[in-house]
Amino acid sequence: MGNLLAAVVSAEATDSGGSKSYIERMFSSDGFHAPSITDFFPPAIFGDGTIFEFNRIMMVRVIAALMLIALFWFVANRAKVVPGRLQGALEFMLDFVKDQIVEPVMGAETKRFLPILTTIFLAITFFNITGVIPFLNIASTSLIGLPIIMALWVYVLYLAYGVKKHGLGGYLKNNLFPPGVPKAIYLLLTPIEILQVFILRPATLALRLAANMIAGHLLLVLCFSATQYFFFAAAGAMKSMAAVTFAAGFAFTLFEIFVALLQAYVFTMLAAVYLNMALEEEH
Amino acid sequence: MMLAQTLLLAEEAHTTEVEGADLILPAPYDLLWSIVIFAIIAVVFTRVFLPKIQKVLDERAELIQGGIEKAEKAQAEAAAALEEYTAQLTEARAEAARIREDARVEAAQILAEARRRAGTDAERIVETAQRQIDAERHQAVVSLRSEVGTLATDLASRIVGESLADDARQQRVIDAFLTELETTVKAEG
Repeated sequence: MGNLLAAVVSAEATDSGGSKSYIERMFSSDGFHAPSITDFFPPAIFGDGTIFEFNRIMMVRVIAALMLIALFWFVANRAKVVPGRLQGALEFMLDFVKDQIVEPVMGAETKRFLPILTTIFLAITFFNITGVIPFLNIASTSLIGLPIIMALWVYVLYLAYGVKKHGLGGYLKNNLFPPGVPKAIYLLLTPIEILQVFILRPATLALRLAANMIAGHLLLVLCFSATQYFFFAAAGAMKSMAAVTFAAGFAFTLFEIFVALLQAYVFTMLAAVYLNMALEEEH
Repeated sequence: MMLAQTLLLAEEAHTTEVEGADLILPAPYDLLWSIVIFAIIAVVFTRVFLPKIQKVLDERAELIQGGIEKAEKAQAEAAAALEEYTAQLTEARAEAARIREDARVEAAQILAEARRRAGTDAERIVETAQRQIDAERHQAVVSLRSEVGTLATDLASRIVGESLADDARQQRVIDAFLTELETTVKAEG
């Protein structure tokens, strides 16, 4: 936070030329800025052009991860049998993952996979929720890299556990040649299943999450940019349009909070389902 | 067309010199309005929703705390009862041991008493028997004495009846007498 303020001050100091400072621009409008895909490729803070390029989305990811760890560190070290408010709230989240996602899907296997799936759920929730938090204002998962890593994690998990349990042949037979189907149908079914197991599942996991977060960010920025324009630049009756776009921004902020949780839920649920399918004897 | 535009925009964003706050902060309008909305949400939550939820959470914590305390109390009571029971059991055992000891002592006393009484009885019986034997013996002596007198007289008269001058004869008479006496005693049993 201190760093941010320092950065703001220094920005004001260096912007002695024609351009306005950040604070000045915050309370004025130089026209309507349509949201664009460039929002997801902000300028590098350091390491420009290298694989270590660090921009504000990476920064937001680091902050989200630190917040998640700090919060659970704080609560876990003070955990009591009778929960306080904060512990109660976190326990509610953990119970939600266990009772609403993992147990209904995995049943007896719950105990083995609950830690992994809870971690996935909490990580995605925290990475998503940064999209509506002021100063961060972008979901860490709206850049495809992080969703890909999460999806790959699930991909490796279900392949590894499936092969470990059934052996490579057994796993492939189970998943690519589902029993109870006339042999001729395999001509059609097996290619689809190959696509499913090896490409579509991880790809859709990553794309669904990233696309939702990208769309959410674009919607919010559209509303906020329009509000800025109508509020500071428009004249007369057009100024009242700011109320409309602001209300829309408000609604979409609430919606984005919901979507952030929903996407974490969907991702975790699907991860549980894929793991379960890999472990099942026959399906 | 769309792609070209996007690329152009991206190019533009990278070529325009961005520094300071813009590197780490979102677009100014993004920040401004999200702060406003976040503030509204924060106020509503902290004033309206969270107090209600916190009340429930606090109540639950109290309930659990109360339940735990109750359980602890019950446990303490149970422990106390167990202790009391154990103490009673120990006491009862001690009492039983004491009673057993008493009984043993009493039994020993009874036995000793019985033995003593039996001893006295035996002595008395022996004494009575002794006395009876004495009496009988006395009687026997008396009757013997009278019989021996008769016998002596008998013998004397026989000896006198024979010639008293001859020692050998005298001796023979005595022997004959004694033999006769012996046979009579044998015959009488």
